[in-house]
Amino acid sequence: MKKLRTAVELEQWRDQILSQHRAEKPCISICGGTGCHAYRSEDVADALAEEIERQGLNGEVELKVTGCHGFCERGPLVAIYPQKIFYQRVTRDDVPEIVAGAIMKRKIINRLLYVDPVSGKKAKFEHEVPFYKKQQRLVFGNNGIIDPKNVEDYMAIAGYSALSKVLFEMQPEGVIEEVRKAGLRGRGGGGFPTARKWEECRNAPSSDGIRYVICNADEGDPGAYMDRSLLEGNPHSVIEGMIIGAYAIGSHYGYVYVRHEYPLAVTNLSMALERARAYGLLGEDILGSGFGFDIKISRGGGAFVCGESTALMASLEGMTGEPRPKHIHTVVSGLNGKPSNLNNVETWANVPLIINRGADWYSQIGTEGSKGTKIFSLVGKINNTGLVEVPMGITLREIIYDIGGGIPNGKKFKAVQTGGPSGGCIPESLIDLPVDFDRLTEVGSMMGSGGMIVMDEDTCMVDIARYFIKFLTEESCGKCVPCREGLDRMLDILTDITEGKGKEEDIELLEELGGVIKETSLCALGGTAPNPVLSTIRYFRDEYEAHIRERRCPAGVCKALITFSIDEDKCTGCGVCARECPQGAITGEKKNLHVIDQDKCIKCGLCRDNCKFEAILVS
Amino acid sequence: MVELTIDGIKTRALEGTTVLEAAREMGIVIPTLCYHPGLSPYGACRVCIVEVVKGNRSSLEASCTLPVESGQVILTNSEKVTRARKVIVELLLSSCPNSKTLQDMAANMGINKVRFKIKDRGCILCGRCVRYCKEQMGAGVIGFVGRGTSRRVATAFDLAPEECRNCGGCEWICPVNERACMAGNLIDGLCGACQNLEPVEACPVCTECSQSVGPSGHKVY
Repeated sequence: MKKLRTAVELEQWRDQILSQHRAEKPCISICGGTGCHAYRSEDVADALAEEIERQGLNGEVELKVTGCHGFCERGPLVAIYPQKIFYQRVTRDDVPEIVAGAIMKRKIINRLLYVDPVSGKKAKFEHEVPFYKKQQRLVFGNNGIIDPKNVEDYMAIAGYSALSKVLFEMQPEGVIEEVRKAGLRGRGGGGFPTARKWEECRNAPSSDGIRYVICNADEGDPGAYMDRSLLEGNPHSVIEGMIIGAYAIGSHYGYVYVRHEYPLAVTNLSMALERARAYGLLGEDILGSGFGFDIKISRGGGAFVCGESTALMASLEGMTGEPRPKHIHTVVSGLNGKPSNLNNVETWANVPLIINRGADWYSQIGTEGSKGTKIFSLVGKINNTGLVEVPMGITLREIIYDIGGGIPNGKKFKAVQTGGPSGGCIPESLIDLPVDFDRLTEVGSMMGSGGMIVMDEDTCMVDIARYFIKFLTEESCGKCVPCREGLDRMLDILTDITEGKGKEEDIELLEELGGVIKETSLCALGGTAPNPVLSTIRYFRDEYEAHIRERRCPAGVCKALITFSIDEDKCTGCGVCARECPQGAITGEKKNLHVIDQDKCIKCGLCRDNCKFEAILVS
Repeated sequence: MVELTIDGIKTRALEGTTVLEAAREMGIVIPTLCYHPGLSPYGACRVCIVEVVKGNRSSLEASCTLPVESGQVILTNSEKVTRARKVIVELLLSSCPNSKTLQDMAANMGINKVRFKIKDRGCILCGRCVRYCKEQMGAGVIGFVGRGTSRRVATAFDLAPEECRNCGGCEWICPVNERACMAGNLIDGLCGACQNLEPVEACPVCTECSQSVGPSGHKVY
């Protein structure tokens, strides 16, 4: 690997990579992202490699193990380039056919194609799959075509050209201006204008000129994995974004603070940093421009609160990850007391895009106040679980029904929780809400880092609020009283309500306590933590009242408030429920009505899950 | 010098000082627990919150860590402040009911019921002992362990540290436990015997106690 010493050398090297790459050469790209990994895509990838070897096609067919393709529900995913044929639920047994088919261009394996459940039509290509149709995958789309361990793949898609443009054609102020014009806002949750942050950091006095650029990869929201997938699948886009940011800010030292639970992200990022350094794209005198910047990786210790800027910086310094008051912003005095600029993974990955394609182009995407696209992790009671990248301003309905494919098993949509544990639940009545930073805040939720948990009619909103408050109580650092004690007491009250011990005044108390926690907590964790409770009270007050006044859980979830019984008309006496019941609470003669002994029943719901005749009633 | 307005009164304060210091200079009483003039500010107990008014909007901030700024408008005793402060003291009382300091504070604020489950942890985790040990004694043998509700003050590995000189400073500086309220039966989480003008119940123990109670039952913070 040779060190690139000028912008021209980079371009020459890129031409060389492209010239070696035959566009018509078949390439099998298999997803190695989190979801597909869980479906054992690794085995399929090994089998593919063996099969290519066996058929003697080395050099004829290329195999790429890439980052996440997004459609996790249907993994393991395989795409055949250049035609972009899309295969899903691929197993080892399909491998010989796939390899043979890749060589014969027109051969498509029908059984591996995605069938649209609505129209019943088979989709041959990725862009025909409804899940991908409405997406605008600007940041995330490259994941499917590059091998994260291979910097040349990234270079082949114009990688590091934004960096070279910035270093040789733009002034730092010009870079900030471009990002300002693009209207980029922080994707980590707050939505703070990125350019303003950069400018404040650049202008903050530093006695020895030291400034830090930090990437926040401490993604801890339950069910959210977009930053993980970006770091795993396309680490160079994040690195390039950070170098551009560092140049604009005047920083020479960078950190990526990544969760301890993301080992693959750390491996791929470390390798990417190494390769970038070897090419002279990172380190001293980048591309011979005289500008130097290097990045270190720091691994978190597993605390959710370390995603908060001041706690993250305390943790980076080797101290306990606890927030401090932010009257003096971290852009003025952050890590080691120096001006420090923190942006999250997705924000950094947007930067090269803005530089390459221009602020005018970028600012056309999205809404008035929120520009560009946003990656959401669409999870919960939804047909198409996965990562979706959509333009800001798209409605919740489009995300949930058009992209997500609606709710499984014909159930009714009830609410969607956006913004992670401290976001809010948005009810069905607001399903046509355009998704952007400001609109989500207006309805009592937030963008957060982009978690989107869909709930159906079988979800109890009090129980959901209790779940999130429990998570936050455990993840509160415990420094300030409203967050530590307030959330704990909130959990007590919610637990009481779900156990049928709620009191009439509890709802008002929750509202009052929630307001105080929001207003008086030290950091944003406490400042947003009551959102799940306040938003569910706002939109689902009747459910709280049913729990308290009627001692009834309308969704049939809260164990203390429900009883299981068997429908006389529907029970066929098959005996499955009696066999499945761990308590031996169900008795009955074969082919006769079965009965549940309420004293023995622990309300696990196994009988309901296993009954084929829907004869188990919950009341 | 910085000019700011506290409770409608214009005042000047040294740059780099806090709103709490500026208010106290003026004789305005703001209750505190984790704050101590000899220690670095920490901002954990949130009892010293004040309202910072910015045009039509206002926010609550802990005055012990809030630096004075030119043109700042501060309210120390607005309805917003007192309402939130009451809830915070209620929360503190529910986690440390046998503290006389807290019982007195509650009585002064007119709190007549603790609406939360009482979970006596015997400590409000204000960190005064931790900071005292480190900043004043230079020993640093105690610190916080754990997070959330399992957070506690402890020595390393819970062993008796060699560096500890048994100075007793940690005990002395503790705002809640150096004067334990000995009232056996609390009503709705409150004792109130010393401070309430109408005591909920005659307190047999605290009739003679407390340096903090002035002659007319008025609290001096």
